[in-house]
Amino acid sequence: MFAWMVWTTPVAVFFCCIALMLVGMTVWEIKSPTVLRKGFLPIATTRGDRLFIGLLTAAYINLGFVGLAGKLAEWLSLEQEPSIWISFAVSMAVLALILRRG
Amino acid sequence: MNEARFRWRTLFLLGYLLFALLPIYWMVNMSFKTNQEILASFTLLPQQFTLANYATIFTDASWYSGYINSLIYVAINMVISIAVALPAAYAFSRYSFIGDKHVFFWLLTNRMTPPAVFLLPFFQLYTTLGLMDTHIAVALAHLVFNVPLAVWILEGFMSGIPREIDETAYIDGYSFPRFFFTIFLPLIKSGVGVAAFFCFMFSWVELLLARTLTSVDAKPIVSVMTRTVSASGMDWAVLAAAGTLTILPGAVVIWFVRHYIAKGFAMGRV
Amino acid sequence: MKPINQKAWWLVLPVFICVAFSAVLPLMTVVNYSVQDIISPDRRVFVGTEWFAAVMRDEELHSALWRQLSFSLAVLAVEIPLGIALALSMPARGWQASLVLVLVALSLLIPWNVVGTIWQIYGRADIGLLGAALAWLGVDYSYTGDATHAWITVLAMDVWHWTPLVALLCYAGLRSIPDAYYQAARIDGARRFAVFRYIQLPKLRGVLMIAVLLRFMDSFMIYTEPFVLTGGGPGNATTFLSQYLTQKAVGQFDLGPAAAFSLIYFLIILLLCFILYNWMQRVGTADREGAGHE
Repeated sequence: MFAWMVWTTPVAVFFCCIALMLVGMTVWEIKSPTVLRKGFLPIATTRGDRLFIGLLTAAYINLGFVGLAGKLAEWLSLEQEPSIWISFAVSMAVLALILRRG
Repeated sequence: MNEARFRWRTLFLLGYLLFALLPIYWMVNMSFKTNQEILASFTLLPQQFTLANYATIFTDASWYSGYINSLIYVAINMVISIAVALPAAYAFSRYSFIGDKHVFFWLLTNRMTPPAVFLLPFFQLYTTLGLMDTHIAVALAHLVFNVPLAVWILEGFMSGIPREIDETAYIDGYSFPRFFFTIFLPLIKSGVGVAAFFCFMFSWVELLLARTLTSVDAKPIVSVMTRTVSASGMDWAVLAAAGTLTILPGAVVIWFVRHYIAKGFAMGRV
Repeated sequence: MKPINQKAWWLVLPVFICVAFSAVLPLMTVVNYSVQDIISPDRRVFVGTEWFAAVMRDEELHSALWRQLSFSLAVLAVEIPLGIALALSMPARGWQASLVLVLVALSLLIPWNVVGTIWQIYGRADIGLLGAALAWLGVDYSYTGDATHAWITVLAMDVWHWTPLVALLCYAGLRSIPDAYYQAARIDGARRFAVFRYIQLPKLRGVLMIAVLLRFMDSFMIYTEPFVLTGGGPGNATTFLSQYLTQKAVGQFDLGPAAAFSLIYFLIILLLCFILYNWMQRVGTADREGAGHE
């Protein structure tokens, strides 16, 4: 039935995380409703807005890193391209920052 | 002063109409010519007026069935889009609920996705479901961009209707379905008309998905037209005739909704 | 404030299911494609971020992206003012109004490949009116040979094709303004521009938002018309993002890179539309608050 979607484990894990995040946000919202507030982002945001902006930023950070990895290896004369986990860690930190302070 | 402005406006309008209609005029003009005349001489009006090109289209099943196929899937798409969009638009315009703004924006993001992105997954999906080369496949595929648009437009119209009307109706003992169909729907009739117009428009003109998901039985006119390149070169005259005929359904539809547009809508709270 | 009612979710559910079926499932599939090298459904290899890296370093893609951005901006810069002007000059009532409305809207309802065909015929120097007229004026015009001409022709075609959308929406917005507003302005002795700025423009906010977003999204994924007209040429002058993507996905059947490219494409549009959407909503709120203070 779902063979045509050619699932791989990492992608499945990724989407499970997204789904869990949405469920978590919903539960959180029911427990304590969010308030619109203004942080360092240029617009006033709710928790959901911040999650969206954070995820989008995280995606861009990872993409930029992947794009620049080759150049980075050249500049720093590394043996091989730096691991994607570095940018993943950075992007998660940014996501957390935006969620807390955005 | 007023006189001068009026003249200036009319001139501008006429200028635009000239710009807008000349290409169409040229195609209609060509559709009444023979191929020899098109290629041999440059004439503003057909010298040897002929209906042969139209005759080709109306007698050849592979041509006219293209129009029928297109109209079928456009109609299915329009009905599904409006049917699912109406309740959703009502919910968005009347209530706030968890995640409402995000779901609304998420719907819009689907309008933003280039159809080319979905081309291959759709192909696989519909092959798996055995829906390839059916009208329903194209209609379902076109939902991706039409449903969000319909929700968006209808929400705009519904927000313009004061909420007191709903409340009064509920107090008078109307059930939700009865209120929706007998009171609310007539009020946003023009919104439904405009939304249907946009659904028709975007589904009727789309080529990429319609072409990929069909091969023989549900082949739409837009992809039939791509085969006029033959060994003997382009069949310009028949192509022009087919093109002219694709404008007609659209012209009929716009004629029906012109009142709704002329009546005006502002989309949202003003 | 709208009342809070979680049951409203039931009303949204049909849309949710529809769109999930025809958008979420395919999107998940695209993500799956993007991390694998698929030789056949049974023979596929996980390659991680390799395709993303390849796409991000693709010079051709960068230039296609810049071409796309400048094209979309040009489209907005021409079509939005022209559409507003057109809406202002269309007659308000009577049979002229109906006639003009239908004539203006005509080009919207022409299938996209027919639009391409019309302009292909129209612009040809040997059999087309525009091409012949320009040749007669002494312009050496050829949309198949000259990159600038091709670009301008595609832009002109898009303006021809889509300005009516902006015009129709604005026209409808203008018609929704009660006459009393204009009478009040006349009594105040407001100038034409003041009427436009303080009465007409604020009322057009909702429809303009739809027009700008629709035009931006659609011009960002323009495919069929330039494909029919110029085939992306001459050279790469009119190869926009969608065409580049379709070449990869359908033409060369490079599923992985095409999928990675799709996702990046989607992220770009998502970001731009998010900014545009928020910015337009903010301008609207600021305008309304400003009006409240007066």
